[in-house]
Amino acid sequence: MTDSAFAWRQGRLALSATLSSSARSLTFDVPGWPGSQPGQHIDIRLTAPDGYQAVRSYSLANSGAGERLELGVERLPDGEVSPFLVDELEIGDEVELRGPLGRWFVWQPEETRPVQLIGGGSGVVPLLAMMRAHADARTPVPMRLLYSLRSPENALYQEELRSLSDTAATTWHYTRVAPEGWAGEPARLTADVIRAETLAPESDPITYICGPTGFVESVAHELTRLGHHPDGIRTERFGGA
Amino acid sequence: MTHLDGNVLAGVTSSLFAFDLPTATGQCDACGDVASLAEAMVYGAPLGFVVRCRNCSGILVLLVERPGGVRLNMRGLRWLMPSATDSHPPAATPEAARFS
Repeated sequence: MTDSAFAWRQGRLALSATLSSSARSLTFDVPGWPGSQPGQHIDIRLTAPDGYQAVRSYSLANSGAGERLELGVERLPDGEVSPFLVDELEIGDEVELRGPLGRWFVWQPEETRPVQLIGGGSGVVPLLAMMRAHADARTPVPMRLLYSLRSPENALYQEELRSLSDTAATTWHYTRVAPEGWAGEPARLTADVIRAETLAPESDPITYICGPTGFVESVAHELTRLGHHPDGIRTERFGGA
Repeated sequence: MTHLDGNVLAGVTSSLFAFDLPTATGQCDACGDVASLAEAMVYGAPLGFVVRCRNCSGILVLLVERPGGVRLNMRGLRWLMPSATDSHPPAATPEAARFS
């Protein structure tokens, strides 16, 4: 394998921050890393002493040039890899990774259609990469985020999302517990909320949805019912919920 | 275990194709549905992946990883077409390495 995009390489954990009680931001130094596009992911491979290997995909929270990549990882209770990344990996430790991967769930700053992002839980991570790239590009193209989460404590990147509101505003939606002052009762994301809080089909948006499988499928279904063309909907599912 | 989608195949198929498989379009041999492979339902298995049609759940692709290589069974796909806009190499490919 000579193609460096797809070869396994070593990433050394350089920075880490707590995102919530169950999620952690991890920044790796990866010699030779050529950068990535907003929305791409990597595979991480762990090898046990007996040779057993586990590979999982994680979205990148950053994009662009440079030899640093940033992940936002949520611990899945039955996960094989995520508990290790969230709880065990220490600064200076190395993991095997390959990427950047995927060119379908990607937003290009040259894109001219308005952008609606819809994230469930840690599905916000690749959407944050798009929002950061959108801010850096200083493009007039509208972008906004509808962020569905269980409770305020589960919010990832809350301060950064608020600081990005000049270029891409976030609408917060709570499914179980809402903060004080939030208008409305906590409930799952319904068709009414989606209609009220997302770009209308008439504006011909491109919509990126990322979250747990059930969330992604119900939101995509509602968008189609609201009249959005399936070609304008891009989805990425992750397991564990 | 709940299913994922075809985005997760980008890494494992990167050694098999010169294009990004999730971005490619394919037709289900069973029901005729046409979609990006990214939209297919993907079930992880201890040894690989089962890729199913989003419309009829028919098996499109079986991917088995073994020591020494990946075995690909694509009998559930009538055809497969790389995206016309996916002609650029991945950002991660240094020019020098592509020909070595």
